[in-house]
Amino acid sequence: MATKVFMEALSPTMEEGRLVKWLKNEGDTVKSGEALAEVETDKAIMELVARGDGVLRKRLINEGDTAPVGTLAGVIATADENIDALVAGAGAPAPAAGAPTPEKVVATQQETAGASSIPRRAEESQGEASTPPQQKVAATPPASPGGGPAAPAPSGGNIQPPTGDVRSSPLARRLASERGLDLHSVQGSGPNGRIIKRDIEAAAAAGAAAPSAAAVTPSAPVIPREGDYHDEPLTSIRKTIARRLGESIGPIPTFYLTAEFDLTRVMEMRKAMTELGDQFKVSVNDVLLKATAVALSQHPEVNAHWLNDKIRYHNRVHLGMAVATDDGLIVPVIWDADRKRMSEISREAKELAKRARERKLKPEEFTGSTFSVSNLGMFGIDQFTAIINPPEAGILAIGTSEEKLVVVNGEPVVRSRVRVTMSCDHRIIDGAVGAKFLQTLRRLIENPLMLVY
Amino acid sequence: MPVITYRDALGAAIREEMQRDDRVFLMGEEVAVYQGAYKVSKGFLQEFGEMRVVDTPITELGFAGVGVGAAMVGLRPVIEFMTWNFALLALDQVVNAAAKMLYMSGGQYKMPIVFRGPNGAALQLSAQHSQAWESWLAHIPGLKVIAPGTPYDAKGLLKSAIRDDNPVCVLEGEMLYNTKGEVPDEEYLIPLGKAELKREGEHCSIITHGKMVLVALQAADQLAKEGINIDVVDLRTIRPMDVEAIGESVKKTNRAVVLEEGWEMCGVGAQVVDYIQRDCFDYLDAPVVRVHQADTPMPYAKGLEKAAKPDLPKAIAAVRKVMYLD
Repeated sequence: MATKVFMEALSPTMEEGRLVKWLKNEGDTVKSGEALAEVETDKAIMELVARGDGVLRKRLINEGDTAPVGTLAGVIATADENIDALVAGAGAPAPAAGAPTPEKVVATQQETAGASSIPRRAEESQGEASTPPQQKVAATPPASPGGGPAAPAPSGGNIQPPTGDVRSSPLARRLASERGLDLHSVQGSGPNGRIIKRDIEAAAAAGAAAPSAAAVTPSAPVIPREGDYHDEPLTSIRKTIARRLGESIGPIPTFYLTAEFDLTRVMEMRKAMTELGDQFKVSVNDVLLKATAVALSQHPEVNAHWLNDKIRYHNRVHLGMAVATDDGLIVPVIWDADRKRMSEISREAKELAKRARERKLKPEEFTGSTFSVSNLGMFGIDQFTAIINPPEAGILAIGTSEEKLVVVNGEPVVRSRVRVTMSCDHRIIDGAVGAKFLQTLRRLIENPLMLVY
Repeated sequence: MPVITYRDALGAAIREEMQRDDRVFLMGEEVAVYQGAYKVSKGFLQEFGEMRVVDTPITELGFAGVGVGAAMVGLRPVIEFMTWNFALLALDQVVNAAAKMLYMSGGQYKMPIVFRGPNGAALQLSAQHSQAWESWLAHIPGLKVIAPGTPYDAKGLLKSAIRDDNPVCVLEGEMLYNTKGEVPDEEYLIPLGKAELKREGEHCSIITHGKMVLVALQAADQLAKEGINIDVVDLRTIRPMDVEAIGESVKKTNRAVVLEEGWEMCGVGAQVVDYIQRDCFDYLDAPVVRVHQADTPMPYAKGLEKAAKPDLPKAIAAVRKVMYLD
């Protein structure tokens, strides 16, 4: 009895996978549960395991190729079994109804990753339902009509002029559009180089016969030559980031709350702890993670997920922490962060970040977060706004902690301060709700002894 | 055509309407025996008698209220304020009674009343007596507000105001009373709510009203010597405002200066600019520039007063600015 090997959904959000490396050759004997291949998902490199015993008779995906979830990747059978019929169906993803294996895998995955994960199959990805996955893989960055290197846009009278940084009066814009003039080609004579009516008239008089010539400006892009650039196909993780964050900034009505916290006592505490020995050393980030987790446990209204037809408020606090890797952003999760001791958080944060960079995270380590934190302080960023990681209700963006002159009791004093900005999904969090959460967070960070209470 | 003063044009308007309709009467401080603080009602007492030319005590709220009551029972009062600065005391009757009577009586009471008097700064009358009130009055639904700048307009508009069944505030000018202009002997009316193009030009519009019309015309004269031709739009009526005339001019010239006597904040000019940005956005070649009184109580000191008032040099500078010439 033959066993099909499918490209499995190895992460809850995975829609396609790149087969990095086969670990078994055709003809090798394999056992159920044994690793067959390494597959790059949208988050990590995972192992694709055998779901049956036998001989790996056929490998149907080449190393380095990407295939949608559900694609037949290989066949395991007895040495002499006829597998021609099975192999003939390769190349297309299994039909939705006839692909029990991936579904089963997804279901298993869901259990391990926590109830919050929303598994999604390639066929169900929103907005792409009609696009065959195969074509999606083949789609490269938009090619020019001629197929060669990107050619400059064809010149002509009716091209919508790019309006980028050109200053122009409303009248000038209207006249330019009526006459088919590209505003970039017109020299402005008004204040700050503003293009006004007389400039349009002069340009029209000068280049009435050849608006296309006028469209060429010094700033027009030069045709790139080979060697000036190198192309890289999008990795799965980049695609996922684009899709997920695009989803986020679009439909999520986000607002931002910024507050500056005093870190004097955090610094005192760290110093005191360090003096007790290296094993008690914690970073500012560790304290901020702990404080955020504790604040979340006191504000379940912020510790929530938007599930389209309902809001899910979580009793447990699973704190996502954005980690930059060479391949891009990933958000490992500190489970039950509010109940963990500072030392545990410190150790776990360090370990998760390390394994994220090595791309060794297991799916359950980067799914199921109920709220996220992003810290760009180490890059000297004063403050920033982070994009919400859906379906979460918010994300906290932490800036750099630095010494600043502030006024305390009417006196200028030097204090260590940090700026945090909370991005809130207004569908869940109202302004005052977010503000109250930040109030609690401020109390905890400015009085870190409360974290041991 | 006879040339007469603005003051006589106003007097002629009231006299003609009083002769034409015996429901019309004039009431205010010093209008009868003294023949008007600015002699608008010269000879009125002799001609019409003390039933129709009524001197009042110095009680603006009181006689404005008597006027409102008279209008409610079918008379057509013309209430003279010695200046609109004093009319502040009467604003309850103007704003809360006259302006709202038709509305709050469900149409049972018409309010054919005219409130008139000099508006804006004259010379060294200091902060309390040098104010332009048009934006206050024009703010109120139920009021009509006119500000004639010439004798011809003063007569034609005031006659229409007296015949109108709604309360009309007439903003005259102390410095205008002695100005002269052609006014025909035969009767004419100027409809309320119609602006007039006082000068035609293609380079820039000046939109203005009242006393500033003369300043705008002088600016147009001077700028014409430099080859800059100004469209001078005299609103004549502040409320209802002739939006079409503003649009027509700005769409032709693509540039506008709004000139007024009052302060900047929430001024008539702010409303004009709003109409322009709404209706003429795609026709604008430069941001609209406003000229107005400095944002301060009017100084008494002569030099400071001059510095605070909108005037010819400021109007010309504004045109040059909006033309990108400076």
